[in-house]
Amino acid sequence: MKSLSLPANPTAARTARQFVLVRHLRRFWTFYVMMLPGIVLLVLNNYIPMFGVLIAFKTINYQDGILGSPWSGLTNFEYLFASKDSTIIIRNTLLYNSLFIVLNLAFPLAFALMLNEMKNRFLSKLHQTIMFLPYFLSMIVISYLVYGFLSDERGYLNNTLLPALGLEPVRWYFTKEVWPVILPIINTWKNMGYYTVVYMAAIIGIDEEYYEAATIDGANKWQQMTRITIPLIMPVITIMTLLQIGRIFNADFGLFFQVPRESGTLFPVTNVIDTYVYRTFLTVGDIGLSSAAGLFQSVVGFALVFLSNWVVRRFSRDNALF
Amino acid sequence: MENTTSKTLTGSNPKNRLSGTASALINLIFAIYSAICIVPLLLILSVSFSDEQSVLTKGYRFLPETFNLAAYRFLIKDIGQIAHSYGISIAVTVIGTLLSVMVIALYAYPISRSHFTAAKFFTFFVFLTMLISGGLVPWYLVYVQMLDLKDTLWSLIMPLIMSSFWVLIMRTFFKETVPGAVLESAKIDGAGELRIFFRIVLPLSLPVLATVALFQTLTYWNDWFLSLVFITDNHNISVQYFLYKMMMNIQYLSSNPIAMAEITRAGGMMNFPSETVRMAMVVVGVGPIVFAYPFFQKYFVKGLTVGSVKG
Repeated sequence: MKSLSLPANPTAARTARQFVLVRHLRRFWTFYVMMLPGIVLLVLNNYIPMFGVLIAFKTINYQDGILGSPWSGLTNFEYLFASKDSTIIIRNTLLYNSLFIVLNLAFPLAFALMLNEMKNRFLSKLHQTIMFLPYFLSMIVISYLVYGFLSDERGYLNNTLLPALGLEPVRWYFTKEVWPVILPIINTWKNMGYYTVVYMAAIIGIDEEYYEAATIDGANKWQQMTRITIPLIMPVITIMTLLQIGRIFNADFGLFFQVPRESGTLFPVTNVIDTYVYRTFLTVGDIGLSSAAGLFQSVVGFALVFLSNWVVRRFSRDNALF
Repeated sequence: MENTTSKTLTGSNPKNRLSGTASALINLIFAIYSAICIVPLLLILSVSFSDEQSVLTKGYRFLPETFNLAAYRFLIKDIGQIAHSYGISIAVTVIGTLLSVMVIALYAYPISRSHFTAAKFFTFFVFLTMLISGGLVPWYLVYVQMLDLKDTLWSLIMPLIMSSFWVLIMRTFFKETVPGAVLESAKIDGAGELRIFFRIVLPLSLPVLATVALFQTLTYWNDWFLSLVFITDNHNISVQYFLYKMMMNIQYLSSNPIAMAEITRAGGMMNFPSETVRMAMVVVGVGPIVFAYPFFQKYFVKGLTVGSVKG
């Protein structure tokens, strides 16, 4: 009896499932039609490339195509990690991004706190508008702005400022040592307006009664800032920082590719994972090596998002991203 | 922005007020920093209005030695390529932004409705793409080999239409701002979901639509990466990519004295006011965004604060 009823049950279950699915589709078909363009684009842009990571384990030749090309196991990865480049690009990506995270927190937070104390409403608005300006410029334009100051022959520094200070001209685009300072300055300059406005908005959202109560209790400005303002905007600070930590393995391609003007002398301090992936693929044409570096970046990046989220969850569940 | 500054925290209590010195110091810091934000652009602007000869001898300066419109006159004379590039940038930006806002809103609405049983799955479907990526190579191959879009306008539009970040922001907005009771009663009155979406939800969501539109406009206008990857053409290029190519050519020429000599010998560079024209090009390229953004800044700020991505 039992053995007979067994095959019948899965069929019944399948029919029931099909019935549920049909009912679901009949009820929500408009929703699916609405989402269709988005789904197609996500599949093309994101999901198919996710399966494309198998290129990293292959020796691609164009006659056989991606699926037909022979497997190469971990050769691409061995080659990647045996090269001196891998250490350099990983080091550069992590160090620059860590520094950027600190700068993107410290300066905008300080600026938002100060801006909040500015009594003149018009001036405060004006400064916010001006500070936001660099955020709207493309990296190409920024590379021209930087070039205006640093160009060897005509740059403002070499032609006007350094001679005025009695200093020798510097060949900026061939001097490695200065770029670990220049790049963070540019990054902060570009993003300052954005983060300041985000923190400013969070501060504005704080209920004024907290400050009134604190004033009655005799708290001074500094105490109000450290005991009320900062704790209350902590969720925003956490989210903004967490988002950046999750992307610590992804460098700002434009900053590292455009601004140093592809000066080969500077590669030891300007080459990051993203520029390396781009150059090995589209300039050198080594598709396997480039994919291996790209996959490595994705996997470590993914792990980092989860790790940082897990750490935040342990301290305060509410502040976690998911 | 209106709200951000109207509330001041200064009460009548002296403890709640900054001292005069602190206040002056804050004003000074901001004055200096605002100057730092503008000055680089002024340098470029000044060079573009300078006389080529004085730039060659004295370098880039903040005040043109002699005010000169030669660079802009040169640009107008050779307007063809610039106008063409402008056309491409505008076409990509307008088409891209319109499609983007539509596709994002159409995806965000269903996943904002709580009675839609697959909402969770499709929210995760879009959220996951923010966490994992297949990397440059497979993505490139999808566009170049599978879809065969190399050297087309679509290759500059398609990759940026869907934005997971804005989908989630818009979903939060729909959830929080559009009252569920209104939607329910519309449904009871027999309105279909499409009708509800276009007649009720969209009109109520203009602020978030404007924000997404503005950010996407900026993204499309400032994009050069897609051109760098997909465009091999020398003529059909956007403004940003035109600026990039110009920079590369200068580099090529300055690192290649032989090429430079060849061009000079052929008479190509003889009357070419290169230094000033280059900077005039940058001014022309930056133009629309810089002049437009103070008017739209309100929406940008709103967009940044419209709701957290959580959920």
